[in-house]
Amino acid sequence: MGGGLVNTIAVTVNGRSYSELVEPRLLLSDFLRHTLGLTGTHVGCEHGVCGACTVRLDGAAVRSCLLLAVQADGASIETIEGLAANGDLHPLQEAFRKHHALQCGFCTSGILMAAADLLENRNETPTREEIVDLLAGHLCRCTGYEPIVDAIADVAGSS
Amino acid sequence: MKPVPFTYVRAESVEHAVETLFAHGDEAKILAGGQSLLPALNMRLVRPGVLVDLNFAAGLDGITQENGSLRIGALVRQAAAQRSELVRAGCPLLAESLPLVGHVVTRNRGTVCGSIAHADSAAELPLALVALGGEVVTSRRTVPAAEFFVTHFTTTLEPDELVIATSWPHLTPGLGGALEEFAVRHGDFALASAACVLHVEEGHVTDARLAVGSVTDRPELVDVSPLVGHSVDVEAARSVATTVAASIDPPPNLHGSPEYRRRLVEVLVERVVARAWAAAS
Repeated sequence: MGGGLVNTIAVTVNGRSYSELVEPRLLLSDFLRHTLGLTGTHVGCEHGVCGACTVRLDGAAVRSCLLLAVQADGASIETIEGLAANGDLHPLQEAFRKHHALQCGFCTSGILMAAADLLENRNETPTREEIVDLLAGHLCRCTGYEPIVDAIADVAGSS
Repeated sequence: MKPVPFTYVRAESVEHAVETLFAHGDEAKILAGGQSLLPALNMRLVRPGVLVDLNFAAGLDGITQENGSLRIGALVRQAAAQRSELVRAGCPLLAESLPLVGHVVTRNRGTVCGSIAHADSAAELPLALVALGGEVVTSRRTVPAAEFFVTHFTTTLEPDELVIATSWPHLTPGLGGALEEFAVRHGDFALASAACVLHVEEGHVTDARLAVGSVTDRPELVDVSPLVGHSVDVEAARSVATTVAASIDPPPNLHGSPEYRRRLVEVLVERVVARAWAAAS
């Protein structure tokens, strides 16, 4: 790809293939929300601090506001819309409901995607301390975090 | 859209990246992990004409052993280095620094070498590399880390030069290192930081390196020669910490006065000297 004003990218999002024209400066977060209409990925600070826009890129949790859509060319992306397979809530979503780990829900989709990556790929049984370390990268102004730690620890089977 | 319009070039190789940089000079910026560059683009603090994306170039994501050092390629993510057994076994100082860099999710994307090239004076990896006496491998030369950093966000890189790897000396038996920082919250920019590497033989320090960060405009080596030839006890660590703290002149910032930050340096230096001694002995 040699530059130019518009590029064509091919991505898979939640198992569905898309081929779209994008301007190089389009952020992945805006591509998901505006181009594909997947508004479950939220946009907060747009400089990597709040964690609301976290999605999974080839399995790894990443800030979608700190990636250009052109950089996702050829990648497989998972967003919150793909977490509940066949309409059944993901165990993390069930646990968030059970532990009242969300109120307004603005931060929730990012936290769920980051937690899913942690439990599936990085650390099946994180300690509470390791869960808190993960949540240091996600701002929640409602819950006080304790119920979120409880919910993730419940799924992980950690105490 | 937040960033200004720019031309996007996907570098196919280091050579292609260098050619593109050469063609556009100061107008072009390298994009690797993007965890510092993208925030700056989103806030329009930087307005590059050309963005050269290194992420699709092959052969830059390796961690290899080389002449007593670990060579970490330009596209090695911080999270990958953190999980690497080679890093944990060969360079525990780097291993203990990585969890302090940003957050879990930003480390999935941010690169070790990008943090070096970005040269934030409060960043952990430049500080660790300087304390270790490591090197920066660029597209045209190898530069000792202590000579690479110039001032805030400024290195000796030329406009058409890029970092292709960094070289981290092994901490072999007898060598011990430690890095400490203080930030208001975990993941925030540190108000003060210090890193120390000691070489200990038969109960005596034979070589001592100590660098401070955050309180200076670049990771700065300071004189800790009084440690050499002696063993390190609480008294010795405290004495060198007092000397180092007196020699620096930190600027005030929102979270701390110069006096407060100098006191932080004193505490952190004492801790890293004591811990480096324990690790080396």
